[in-house]
Amino acid sequence: MNFPILSSIIFLPLLGALFIMIFKPKNNTGVVYISLFTSIANFFLSLFIWWSFDPLFDGFQFLEEKNWISGFIKFKLGIDGISVLFIVLTAFIAPICIISCVNSIKNRLREFLIAILILETFMIGVFCSLDLVIFYLFFEAGLIPMFLIIGIWGGKRRVYSAYKFFLYTLLGSVLMLVAIIAIYTLTGTTDVTQIYEIKIPIQYQNILWLAFFSSFAVKLPMWPVHTWLPDAHVEAPTAGSVILAAILLKMAGYGFLRFSIGMFPHGSEYFTPLVFTLSLIAILYTSLVALMQDDMKKLIAYSSVAHMGYVTLGIFTFTKQGIEGGMFQMISHGIISAALFLCVGVLYDRMQTRDIRSYGGVVNYLPKFSLIFIIFTLASLGLPGTTGFIGEFLVLVGTFTKNYLAAVLATFGVVLGAAYMLWLAKRVIFGKVTNESVTKLTDVNKSELAILAILALLTIGLGFYPNLILNTVDTSVNSLISNYQNNLASVEVNSR
Amino acid sequence: MPYFLIFLPLISALVTYFGKFLGNKFSQVFSSFLITVSAVISVIIFYRGLVFNEYDNHIIFEWIRSGEFIANWSINIDPLSSVMLVVVTSVSAIVHIYSIGYMSSDPHKPRFMSYLSLFTFAMLTLVASDNFLQLFFGWEGVGLCSYLLIGFWYKRETANNAAIKAFIVNRIGDFGLAIGIFLIFYFFGTINYNEVFTLIPEFKSETIDFLGVKINLITVICFSLFIGAMGKSAQFLLHTWLPDAMEGPTPVSALIHAATMVTAGVFLVVKCSPIYEYSTQALNFVAVVGMITAIFAASIALVQNDIKKIIAYSTCSQLGYMFFAAGVGAYQVAMFHLFTHAFFKALLFLGAGSVIHAFNDEQDIRNMGGVWKKIPMTCALMLIGTLALTGFPFLSGFYSKDAIIEYAYISGTKVGSYAAFIGIITAFLTSVYSWRLFFKTFFGDYKGKEKIDTIHESPMVMLIPLMALSLGALFSGYIFKDLFIGLSSKFWQDSIFFLNLKDEHTVPLWFLLTTPILVTTAIPVSYFYFIKKPEILVSFKKTNYPLYNFLLNKWYIDELYESLIVRPIKKIGYFFWKKGDVGVIDRFGPDGVSRLIKNLSNKATKFQSGFIYDYAFVMLIGLSLLITYFIIK
Repeated sequence: MNFPILSSIIFLPLLGALFIMIFKPKNNTGVVYISLFTSIANFFLSLFIWWSFDPLFDGFQFLEEKNWISGFIKFKLGIDGISVLFIVLTAFIAPICIISCVNSIKNRLREFLIAILILETFMIGVFCSLDLVIFYLFFEAGLIPMFLIIGIWGGKRRVYSAYKFFLYTLLGSVLMLVAIIAIYTLTGTTDVTQIYEIKIPIQYQNILWLAFFSSFAVKLPMWPVHTWLPDAHVEAPTAGSVILAAILLKMAGYGFLRFSIGMFPHGSEYFTPLVFTLSLIAILYTSLVALMQDDMKKLIAYSSVAHMGYVTLGIFTFTKQGIEGGMFQMISHGIISAALFLCVGVLYDRMQTRDIRSYGGVVNYLPKFSLIFIIFTLASLGLPGTTGFIGEFLVLVGTFTKNYLAAVLATFGVVLGAAYMLWLAKRVIFGKVTNESVTKLTDVNKSELAILAILALLTIGLGFYPNLILNTVDTSVNSLISNYQNNLASVEVNSR
Repeated sequence: MPYFLIFLPLISALVTYFGKFLGNKFSQVFSSFLITVSAVISVIIFYRGLVFNEYDNHIIFEWIRSGEFIANWSINIDPLSSVMLVVVTSVSAIVHIYSIGYMSSDPHKPRFMSYLSLFTFAMLTLVASDNFLQLFFGWEGVGLCSYLLIGFWYKRETANNAAIKAFIVNRIGDFGLAIGIFLIFYFFGTINYNEVFTLIPEFKSETIDFLGVKINLITVICFSLFIGAMGKSAQFLLHTWLPDAMEGPTPVSALIHAATMVTAGVFLVVKCSPIYEYSTQALNFVAVVGMITAIFAASIALVQNDIKKIIAYSTCSQLGYMFFAAGVGAYQVAMFHLFTHAFFKALLFLGAGSVIHAFNDEQDIRNMGGVWKKIPMTCALMLIGTLALTGFPFLSGFYSKDAIIEYAYISGTKVGSYAAFIGIITAFLTSVYSWRLFFKTFFGDYKGKEKIDTIHESPMVMLIPLMALSLGALFSGYIFKDLFIGLSSKFWQDSIFFLNLKDEHTVPLWFLLTTPILVTTAIPVSYFYFIKKPEILVSFKKTNYPLYNFLLNKWYIDELYESLIVRPIKKIGYFFWKKGDVGVIDRFGPDGVSRLIKNLSNKATKFQSGFIYDYAFVMLIGLSLLITYFIIK
């Protein structure tokens, strides 16, 4: 295919942002329509890519390659079954964010939408890059609009949270940059597919793996570098939380699959016990912490850490079920956490508080909202028939084949997950009305209902027919696993 | 046809929920009609299986495919599932119709009918599965509906707490079930029932290494699955949710917490008989847990005062019977008791609902009594239910419960003879607490708070379903005993598996007569102690109050869990948050780093004071240090 479709999907949102910046529409409605149009067009483009994507083809598709700095960095793009799903997810979440922020962002809406559109460009760029430097640029550039979204449109402690977010993520990425330079000196290229072929010498793999890991672990986030996430979520505006939870966290999971396992199979193998331990701590520890939260957003943020724990657990089993489960869990969490943050946003817009104790008996006044909230609560605790179940269950099946104990402990996390989510629902939705102002609430309006209903249908639909996603990643995951195993095996032969 | 059977309840659930605007009457009639059609279909399917041997597995579409891990959505009709389908849909249809009357003053009728239908759908997917994953789907699905229905009156704090408790205790059971499924997939590479069952003999001496201990694989699988069964069927230690679940409306208790959902655990063990048969240890464990639950729950039921809680503990106890029947290898008898129990227990619950209705929402049997003339129909129906439950000769409970005790006796193992012994004692206790309930509710003096004139008989829409159930309670034992547990019956075919067919022992006559005589003598004894001379018991209560309190407070198990599990977990969570995240990670992580940098830069700025004499002083010191260095060198 000659048409540079990946470049188009990456830069279309940026174009929209530039258009807004240059032409400066007079009123906000114009800005909203332009950005909404751009993002929805981008979503259809992503669907087109998914549709024309060949799930049985082993390797990267829609390849684009241009010299950027000749002989050094190539602007190389390409996608496989894993990345195409993330592109669709990103392009799907972006318009939702734009619609949701129209009511809740009161000042500087124009700049906010520009930030979101630029962020979309960077995020899709991450999932398309096949060159380490390009990947690094997109990966880190995403920090800036997010930093601004939290720092400018955030809550009371927004500056503290924004800096905490920046400090943590920057620390990891510096190490990754050093590692990328090291890889270039070792192999003479930054092209990922070439690095797969050349194979990085074993003695460097562990240290390079750690450098990449430090960046991904912060972004994911894994225990103990997770404490930026609750603060960032609490302070970020709703749309910011949605993007953060639905997409930004997934970039790290994607990074593990594409770079850590692909480039450093031995490092990945060597550090599996570390990843398992941290994931299990994340699942159990943060679930217990989530149980005690009084702030709705903090509770969901902590539950995100636990859910991402399943992702890393699954990926590092290097089994078919584990990796596919991890993939599915990321997509599922992208939908569910986005929806839960939107739900909290609905309540926050009306009550200006996220404190669980000031709610109770909401179902009496917001029946539609309550139904949707309960659906996502159940999806989040992994009820069969929703996406939450498929991801968790496949991860646990995969983990079980590697390590009984880890699987048993992780399965126990599912019990805790039910506890904190149901308790949240009980305190917010059910029970007696203790706060006068709850009685004055109005139910979700049409646009809120439409968004949430789409997300709910998606959660249930994919829960009953997960093969839509599993079939797309099937070939890519197979080749990921076989490459990984061949790499490990070939060196064992050499060392004999 | 099986598609209609399964999907009519789902359609009913969706239409009634989203069709609230169509009105209350519509939702009630529509859902009752669809479920009744479904029940008729299930009877046809049962009949066609029985007569024409039409058993089949209908695959709807593929659900999950991840490498070897494949599961289909399916409707699997075999003898076992056809029996369950009949039980589920018929009781469900009766409960739907009964609810029209019972919920007549409730403002949320469509929601209630919708949840009931949704439950029926989930239960049908559970029993009609051909693989473990769809079973798990139904398993958690019924748990969800149970959660929704227990918490139906969401304004009540107690109802909400009971709903959460039910879900979480069930999740602990599901945890075991999930581990069982992981084990099965890991070793057998499939989760399809039939494929797993054919592989079992090859793995019978396989061991797995868990934390350095070698355990037989089959035994571990059986234990894990049984934890799931214990949660769902409210067996000892995981039973605490069932009595609390009585917070839900009474039709719910009849359908979910007596006739169908709680028997899913028994169904699972019977379904997995090809696995259990290869592990004597696991079977013994099942039998022992069943025995303990049977007598434990009966002992508590003796002293409870809430009419629904007594029946709830009774359910617990009867489920214990089913488990020890399965544990001694008499799976078909367990299924038979499940079948008869569904009718008479649903009858008792719905009858209790009618009593509660008559007394205007009074549930305490201490505030009842002397009303049998006022509500004769309810009284007569409750009498049938009580007779059937206690195993009065020739009613349904007599055939199934006595068969369990006999099979335990002839199993010839030590566990079997203990089970028979405990079975007999429990049968006596069952009789005592059932008659206590019956007499205190309908006989003696009227002790209600309101005037006796307010007591009214329930409407026909509630009584007719009860009559239908009473037919089941009266005759289901006699009619189906030859089919289900007859020695020459080939009904079950290969849906129940026996490793060694037991050679038939004859049971001595005195043994056959013990239970019926005991339960019959319990009737006058109960009447004497509870109605004629209650003061004897009152003085007994006073002299033995520790024992009485121990039973009244349900062996203090809830309190034990509260202090051993719930509170510590909350404390740990709080500790991790305040000391772990805030106290250590943040303090030494980001906050620590930023504080360090701030301090360093503060110190650094002090050097740049802007005063000439400061800089001159520093220069002087530097110069002198340099000179000193060179001199010493």
